[in-house]
Amino acid sequence: MNWSLLFSSSIGKKIVMALTGIFLVVFLVVHCYVNANIFFANAEENFNRAAHFMGSNLLVRITEIGLFAGFILHIVQGYKLELQNRGSRKTRYAVTAGNKTSKWYSRSMAILGTLILLFLIIHLAHFWVPSRFGGLEEVYYGDKKFHNLYLEMKNIFAEPWVVIVYLLGCFSLSWHLLHGVQSAAQTLGWTNKNFFPMIKTIGIVFSILVPLIFALMPLAMYFGLQLDLENITLLF
Amino acid sequence: MQHYSMNLKLKVWRQKNSNDNGHFENYDVNNISSEMSFLEMIDVLNERLISEGSDSIAFDHDCREGICGMCSMVINGQPHGPWKGTTTCQLHMRAFKDGDQITIEPFRANAFPVVKDLMVNRSAFDRIIQSGGYVSVNTGNAVDGNSLPIEKQHADDAFYAAACIGCGACVAACKNASAMLFVSAKVSHLALLPQGEPERKQRVVSMVAQMDKEGFGSCTNTYACEAECPKEISVLNIARLNREYLNANLSGN
Ligand code: HEM
Ligand code: SF4
Ligand code: FES
Repeated sequence: MNWSLLFSSSIGKKIVMALTGIFLVVFLVVHCYVNANIFFANAEENFNRAAHFMGSNLLVRITEIGLFAGFILHIVQGYKLELQNRGSRKTRYAVTAGNKTSKWYSRSMAILGTLILLFLIIHLAHFWVPSRFGGLEEVYYGDKKFHNLYLEMKNIFAEPWVVIVYLLGCFSLSWHLLHGVQSAAQTLGWTNKNFFPMIKTIGIVFSILVPLIFALMPLAMYFGLQLDLENITLLF
Repeated sequence: MQHYSMNLKLKVWRQKNSNDNGHFENYDVNNISSEMSFLEMIDVLNERLISEGSDSIAFDHDCREGICGMCSMVINGQPHGPWKGTTTCQLHMRAFKDGDQITIEPFRANAFPVVKDLMVNRSAFDRIIQSGGYVSVNTGNAVDGNSLPIEKQHADDAFYAAACIGCGACVAACKNASAMLFVSAKVSHLALLPQGEPERKQRVVSMVAQMDKEGFGSCTNTYACEAECPKEISVLNIARLNREYLNANLSGN
């Protein structure tokens, strides 16, 4: 394989976009699952334990490096493609007949991506930076010490504007994925006629459901809502 | 079908040569028959312009029967005009009604520079074909049907892909001025047939490299190409192109 083609050729860049995009989608599932602890009873301890696992497990930490690399590749290739595509028609049409074949969000992937990127910076500053570089309160369960990330979440989501920023982030993500998931399948050529409609459906359900669950998190924290089910612990 | 005649207001892109900035010019054309083709309507206007001593509107055309792919222009924002699966030469004036305003522009893409008025230089497509759109085996004369067995699905898909006439409407329609529908049709056509097998890997790599070199954008899967293609080439060919490209690069030679 001539690896440089993956970064220099048009289809190569598209394939990198699709593969990193799918990798990020898998990350979303894990992230969503871990965080969903906050919806259930005994949220503080369950969530803090889960977060501790994610922060201390060697395999997870190694994957985290891959995650950062994936984000950076996806963002860099995404902007490169966008710039090339925008530059490929210097003289614009006087009349355009509308875009019947695509939705606005499919044509706005870079703008939605930029919104996600802005959100991501705020989000990392809120949670990732203090949990890696200190600044979180500590709490004991048994005789083991844990970071109280749950408390941090509670404090951060006490601000209405933060809640609104997070909701906007979730909307951007949802629209980005509504195009992204099926687009990645087309880019990788996974268009078998039985398989492709299924991917499209899964893509739509995923793009609505996962950002919705994420959106419920700041809302649940802000309004202090919790499901009074049996003691559900996700992950452990 | 009822025959009628109409008066139209045209707004046409005029550009002396590739260095000229170009501008729109307005023309009234009267008494146009609903049974004329769109190109015949421009012929009528051109005859008048010539008799008035002014420069006629330059546009590409050749077969005028929907098979050569020359008649490039964008009509009211649509390459080849409002009818689905139709070239400009096969578009008839019954698609319009009396009093309509029609804006006519050349295909727009950096890779298709305007030569004059509505004519653009599409030799970028020729160079893409030269880079790999051929077979090296001697296929001889037309052979008896079924002497070379080909799976029905492959034969059908290759046939539909081969219908591409290289007109460039896909590029003109795409928000990224991407040529991937054209390239995917050419790659699919040969990749699906045994005659195309010897150059299968090298072909897709070379054609994509040439496509990139010509300055076309890349596909973001918004599918305007498929909707405007006069031969209704399917975007599933683009998925096949991606697959062929990945396979060729992963396995190498
Ligand atoms: C951080 C900022 C981000 C930027 C700037 C960005 C930008 C882009 C761009 C420009 C595309 C190409 C669109 C196209 O080909 O039509 C794209 C595609 C995609 N993105 Fe993102 N994105 C970002 C974040 C994300 C995230 C967080 C995810 C998932 C969790 C994601 C998943 C995808 C997927 C699955 C695709 C489809 C790949 C394809 O078209 O083949 N992106 N992104
Ligand atoms: S794919 Fe369709 S629109 Fe594109 S060049 Fe071929 S015939 Fe024309
Ligand atoms: S003139 Fe040949 S296709 Fe229109």
